[in-house]
Amino acid sequence: MKTFVAFIRKEFWHVLRDTRSLVILLGLPVVMMILFGFALSSEVKNSNVAILDYSNDDASRLLIDRIDQSQYFSVKERLTSEAQIERVFRRGEARLVIIFPQNFQEDLSHTNQAQVRFIGDASDPNTSNIVINYASSIFRDYQNELTEQKKLPYTIETETRMLYNPQLKSSYNFVPGVMTLILMLLGAMMTSVSIVKEKETGTMEILLVSPMRPLLVVLSKAVPYLFLCFIDVVIILLLAVFLLDMPIRGSLPLLLAESLLFILTTLSLGLLVSAVVDSQQTAMFLSLVGFLMPALVFSGFMFPIENMPLPLQIVSNIVPTKWYYSIVRAIMVKGLGFSYVAKQTLILAVMTVVYLTVAIRKFKIRLA
Amino acid sequence: MSTVRVENIKKTYEKGQVLALDDVSFEVKSGELFGLIGPDGAGKTSLFRILTTLLVPDAGRAEVAGLDVVKDLWKIRQIVGYMPGKFSLYQDLSIEENLNFFATVFNTTVAKNYHLIEEIYVQIEPFKHRLAGKLSGGMKQKLALCCALIHEPKVLFLDEPTTGVDPVSRKEFWDMLDRLKARGITIVVSTPYMDEASRCDRIALIQKGKILELDTLEQIIARHAQNLYAVDADNRYNLMNDLRKNTEIVSAFAFGEEQHVTLPPHFQDEYLSAFLKEKGHTGIKVRKIAPTIEDTFIKLMLENQ
Repeated sequence: MKTFVAFIRKEFWHVLRDTRSLVILLGLPVVMMILFGFALSSEVKNSNVAILDYSNDDASRLLIDRIDQSQYFSVKERLTSEAQIERVFRRGEARLVIIFPQNFQEDLSHTNQAQVRFIGDASDPNTSNIVINYASSIFRDYQNELTEQKKLPYTIETETRMLYNPQLKSSYNFVPGVMTLILMLLGAMMTSVSIVKEKETGTMEILLVSPMRPLLVVLSKAVPYLFLCFIDVVIILLLAVFLLDMPIRGSLPLLLAESLLFILTTLSLGLLVSAVVDSQQTAMFLSLVGFLMPALVFSGFMFPIENMPLPLQIVSNIVPTKWYYSIVRAIMVKGLGFSYVAKQTLILAVMTVVYLTVAIRKFKIRLA
Repeated sequence: MSTVRVENIKKTYEKGQVLALDDVSFEVKSGELFGLIGPDGAGKTSLFRILTTLLVPDAGRAEVAGLDVVKDLWKIRQIVGYMPGKFSLYQDLSIEENLNFFATVFNTTVAKNYHLIEEIYVQIEPFKHRLAGKLSGGMKQKLALCCALIHEPKVLFLDEPTTGVDPVSRKEFWDMLDRLKARGITIVVSTPYMDEASRCDRIALIQKGKILELDTLEQIIARHAQNLYAVDADNRYNLMNDLRKNTEIVSAFAFGEEQHVTLPPHFQDEYLSAFLKEKGHTGIKVRKIAPTIEDTFIKLMLENQ
C-alpha cells in the first residue's frame, strides 16, 4: 500500500512538472468547448441573401423586410437581372437568391396563387438545405396570416414540437460529443505514453528488477490520469452550464459516475496499448488513429449511425465512445434515469474489465 | 561458496541470427568484486540482463544466491541491486525524490539503510533538491548507485558504471566499490576500460559472447607471457607502417605515443633496431617491457580470431 501511494505521488510529480502535457490536459477541453460553442456552430445565422424583385409591390417588400429582420438572414444585395445570379454565387456573396416574379401581389390576391423562386448554393448541401427551410418558414408564416382571415374548407395544420431541445441548440449535440472525444483521446493517449516513456528512458528496467508487481505498476499509472480526466469532465460540465446555458436535466451524480466508468474504459485501453507498444511515438499514433478516428466516426456525434451501411453499424458496437455518448445524451439532454442507460453501462463495464485483464496479462515482466 | 553461478549460458537475438552469448560459464565467489572486461558488443549487458532476470537464456542455467534466474524471478528481484548501463532514473524528479521513491519500491526507507549509502550520499546531498536530469555524469552515477544500494542487496550488478565519467569520479567510484565489498556485498561490474581491471578481485575477459580468460589480473598476464617491446622513432607514421608490413613480427599496436611490438620468443631487441635502421628510421628507441592487461587482451583477441 505504501509503495502504491509513493508510486501515485511520483506519477503526479511527472504530470505536474511537465507543463506542456498539463496545458494540453486541462486546456484542451476549454479550447474545444469554446470552439464548438462559438466558432464551429452548425446553426446557420446571418446568411447573406440576394433579392431579385421584379414586382416591387407591398407584399414582396414586406416579405423582404421580414427576411432581413430574421436572425438567420441579412439581405446583402438587390439584383436587377437574372444574369447577375451566377456572379453572386460564384463570388460567394450570397447563399440564397430569392426571386419575386412580376405582379406577385396581384397574382396572390386575384388568383390566390403566387410563385416565388429560391435558388440555393448546393456546393454546401447541408447549409443550403437549412437556409431554404428557414426561408420557406418565413413565407409559410405570411401565408398563414393571409388564410386566417378567410375560412378555407380543408386545412391540415401541422404543429411541430421539438422535444428535449426545442430551440434546436447545437450545444445539446456537441457537449456530449466533446466530452466523449476528450476523454477518449486524453485517457488512452496519456496513460499509454506515460508507461511507454518508462520503457524508452530505461526506468522500466529498474522497476522490473524490483519486487514491485505488474498489477501495482499498471494501476498506479492509471490513478493520476483518472483524477485529471475527471477534472476535465467537471470543466466541460461547468462550461456547458454556465457559458452555453445548457442544463443538465438528469441526475448529476449519475452523470459523474458514468463518466468515471468511461474514464476507466479509456485508461484501460491506454494500458493495453502500452503493453504492446515500445515507443512513445507509436503509442501516440495508435491512440490518435486507432482510437480518436473511430471515436469521431462511430459515436454518432458527427454522423448518424442509422445512416451507415449495416456492416459499419455492427462495427460501431465495439467502439466504446458510442455507448458513452448515448449515456451522456440520455442523462444530460433527456433527463433519463439509470434504468434507461443500464444496458450501455453494462457494455462499458464489460469492455473495461476485458481491456484491463488483457493489459495486465500482456504486461511484460521481463525485457523481451 | 559462490554467489553467482553461470552454466553454459547461450543467448541469441533476432530469432537466432545474432549470437550474444556463446556457451558462457563462470562463478563469482561470495563477497568478491568481479569484473567483466570487454569491448562494446561483447555480450556484457546481455549477461547482466540474464542475471537480473530481465532476459531468459536460450540455453544453460544461471543462479544468483542459490536462486534460479528463470524460476525464482521474484525472489531474486528482492535481493539484487541493479544499475543499468544507461542512466535510468527519473530525470524530472530530484535526487531526494528518486532515492525515496526507489526505497519505497523495495519496501524500505532511506532512514533504515542510510548507513549503506551515507558515504556516497553526503557527496551529492548538497544538491538533493536538484532534478536528476540536471546532474553531471559523475553525480548521476553516484545517485544511481545509492538507488541500487538502498535496499541492502546481497548482490550488486553494475553495468558499465564508469562509462562517460571523468577520471577523478571514476577513481572515487571504484573506491566506493571497495568499501561496499568490505561490507560483504558481492559485486559484479562490467567495464570497457582495461585500466579498471586492476581494481577487481578477479576478471573475465569477454569478447564476441565468449569468455577468453578468467582469473586474477596477475595470473592472466603471467599466463600469457609475451616477448614485448615498446618502440619509438622520429617518423611515427612510417614506423607503424613498416612494423605492420614485417611478417616476422607477431603483432604491433599503437599504445599512446609508442608502438607495442610482440616478437617471436627467441627474437632479441637487436632484431628490431637493425630492421628499423635498414628502413632508414632515425631516433630509434627500443626497450623490453612487461605486458599490461591491454597487451594481454589484444593477444587473446588475435588468437581467437
